Amino acid sequence: MRRLIIVAVPYLWLLALFLIPFLIVLKISLSDIALARPPYMPQLDLSGGWQAIRDFVSQLDFENFVFLTTDDLYWKAYLSSLRIAAVATFITLLVGYPIAYAMARATPEWRPTLLMLVILPFWTSFLIRVYSWMGILGNEGVLNQVLLWAGLITEPLQILNTTTAVYIGIVYTYLPFMILPIYSTLERMDESLLEAAEDLGCSRLSAFWLVTFPLSRNGIVAGCFLVFIPAIGEFVIPSLLGGSQTLMIGKVLWEEFFNNRDWPVASAVAVVLLLILIIPIVLFQRTEEKAREAER
Amino acid sequence: MAQPSPKPKPSPETAVFEPWNDPEAKPLIEFRNVTKRFGEFTAIDDLSLRIYEREFFALLGPSGCGKTTMMRMLAGFEAPTEGHILLGGQAIDTVPPNKRAVNMMFQSYALFPHLTVFDNIAFGLRRESRDDEKIEARVEEMLRLTRLSKFASRKPHQISGGQRQRVALARSLAKAPKLLLLDEPLGALDKKLREETQFELMDIQEKTGTTFVIVTHDQEEAMTVASRVAVMDEGRIVQVATPEVIYEAPNSVYVADFIGDVNLIRGTAKARGEGTAPAANEAPQEEAPGTTAPPASAPAPATGRHDPQPNAMGRWLHDRLLSPVIGPRRDQPKALPAPEAAAELPPPAPAPESATDIPEGGIEIHWSEGAAPIVASSGDPALDGQQVVLSLRPEKVSIAKEKPQAHNALPGRVIDIAYLGNISTYHVELPDGTMIKAQMANTRRIARRDITWEDEVWVSFTATAGVVLTE
Ligand SMILES: Nc1ncnc2c1ncn2[C@@H]1O[C@H](COP(=O)(O)OP(=O)(O)O)[C@@H](O)[C@H]1O
Ligand SMILES: [Mg+2]
Repeated sequence: MRRLIIVAVPYLWLLALFLIPFLIVLKISLSDIALARPPYMPQLDLSGGWQAIRDFVSQLDFENFVFLTTDDLYWKAYLSSLRIAAVATFITLLVGYPIAYAMARATPEWRPTLLMLVILPFWTSFLIRVYSWMGILGNEGVLNQVLLWAGLITEPLQILNTTTAVYIGIVYTYLPFMILPIYSTLERMDESLLEAAEDLGCSRLSAFWLVTFPLSRNGIVAGCFLVFIPAIGEFVIPSLLGGSQTLMIGKVLWEEFFNNRDWPVASAVAVVLLLILIIPIVLFQRTEEKAREAER
Repeated sequence: MAQPSPKPKPSPETAVFEPWNDPEAKPLIEFRNVTKRFGEFTAIDDLSLRIYEREFFALLGPSGCGKTTMMRMLAGFEAPTEGHILLGGQAIDTVPPNKRAVNMMFQSYALFPHLTVFDNIAFGLRRESRDDEKIEARVEEMLRLTRLSKFASRKPHQISGGQRQRVALARSLAKAPKLLLLDEPLGALDKKLREETQFELMDIQEKTGTTFVIVTHDQEEAMTVASRVAVMDEGRIVQVATPEVIYEAPNSVYVADFIGDVNLIRGTAKARGEGTAPAANEAPQEEAPGTTAPPASAPAPATGRHDPQPNAMGRWLHDRLLSPVIGPRRDQPKALPAPEAAAELPPPAPAPESATDIPEGGIEIHWSEGAAPIVASSGDPALDGQQVVLSLRPEKVSIAKEKPQAHNALPGRVIDIAYLGNISTYHVELPDGTMIKAQMANTRRIARRDITWEDEVWVSFTATAGVVLTE
């Protein structure tokens, strides 16, 4: 049941709430910028009948996509986003796995409490939590003050407005998405498998690598996708914590949309981002499907 | 309750396999005063036990009596709180599970779901060797032994329950352990498959020569597969013996009640002295001496101390009437058969018998006010005056409409009939309310059977049919 919910939520999200907005964004990306409200044309006027629709379609073109290839800002931003998301996902896995493992190993009375603690941050606004990281990581921030007071450093560390801060932000924000699927696979694992492995001559450590780890693979894959996919398009974290140094496509998109008010180009950026994301999303769904088949 | 099934015959060149009767034999496993506590709770209570090489040893007991705990201590997952466990004479208390020459087949099978059948079986071998050819040969051998060769490349979720069970067995046998532990290995299988697998297990045990310790709460299963059975209750062993002895000569009411169906009749014992007339109350007067029924089939092996000898009247009857038929009487007391040996004889069929062959000695059990006492020749006269329980298997009680000639015949009324196909169990209520179960083979078609509900009937059994126990 828990597994079903974990799988069904992104599924419903992707299928029901994704298709219609995507078609609208696609339509805008094929339009031209205009000083109007909304700031693009052509506009579709369904009262004009077939003729109006045909006129409307004939005015659409791929100009904006061609434009994306002429400016290296865009593909650099795409690549940098992919890299940051991948590295952050890996760090999240390294942090999240031991936490999930400890939770699954805790006595059953403790597990609900631990689960609550993992979910607890969601009770506060995401924005407020990212803002508070600014307070922690800044030059005058809590972290630097503690380190200075402890005598570990003499100069404040420059963490805020670097890529490091972005990593910290992403790992912090998406950690629950990594922990929960891994926890759910580990918790369901039959303890007697480990005893069987020991009985057959494994040490504790090799039993972990030969049994526990491969059996939590589905949770790891699910967790990685759940972190990686939203992290690519992340906008709030790089703009609040990353400063000007960090180049991520979410930020570019935001600037295109709100600062330049170029909706068609912003939409083209979004469509390309989506095409990039489709690959991991499809892979994700494939592995989920395989995992569910194996369970039956 | 099925009869204990016959054990595979020992091969002619080897003697009967009974290392537990051999004071020279060294046990493979020895529990020495082992106690296991979980916090305040005592799961195993000062238990001592020896299990010998090549044995198929069954731990039998109700759920929660500590069977799994014993297995886990043998495998090394739990350490005894007190006492020691010895394997081949060596204390193994401090040896971790991965260093013991013991393998366990888990109750849940615990197959690795991410590995194929082949890799599951090879798992243990790969931990100790890198020689792929040798590993492959051994796995192939195990696959053949368990008839799984066709499924080598399947994953556990792609095979049936019975096949999974065999993979678990192959995996635990692959390392050729000195001792194989099987924790309720057949619990998840349906009845037919379970019975087939029991014979397969016995076959494999014989082929590999491994010592098996099997846990079960199914007494039929224990009786079928095991060379010896230990009946457990709340962390203690109540009786350890061969299945035949456990069934025919239980040492306590607990064992008698746990193994199969049983009638328990409580009463006060009274020694039957030399001069006791042979069940005068039962000797039917109308019976002409010449028409005395043929001698009963071989009297049941006595489990008491005395080989029954006839009294004066019995001797007279024998010499006058029976000696032409059954030959001269042997006056010499026979050597007492050991309970094991005795139990190997087929259980006596409850046959009509003359009152003349009632064995002397034993006890009478006064079980109900006003009713004739029950004669139990296996009872120890020393029990005189004590409260005793007569344990009587339903298949040793016969039922008839006419009062039969038997040592013990009690009137009653049929309350219920359970038709089990080959046999029927009649539930008969005695005048004092005691319920007696009698089992009869269904040799006739239903329509021709004459005993039915509410009938007034007689239940009868021989003086040797029951086992006298104290509580
Ligand atoms: N790890 C444990 N902690 C506390 N009690 C236990 C533990 N393992 C077993 N027990 C208790 O010991 C008793 C015997 O258990 P077990 O050996 O599993 O019984 P069986 O296998 O005969 O059903 C049970 O009452 C059980 O509750
Ligand atoms: Mg158990």
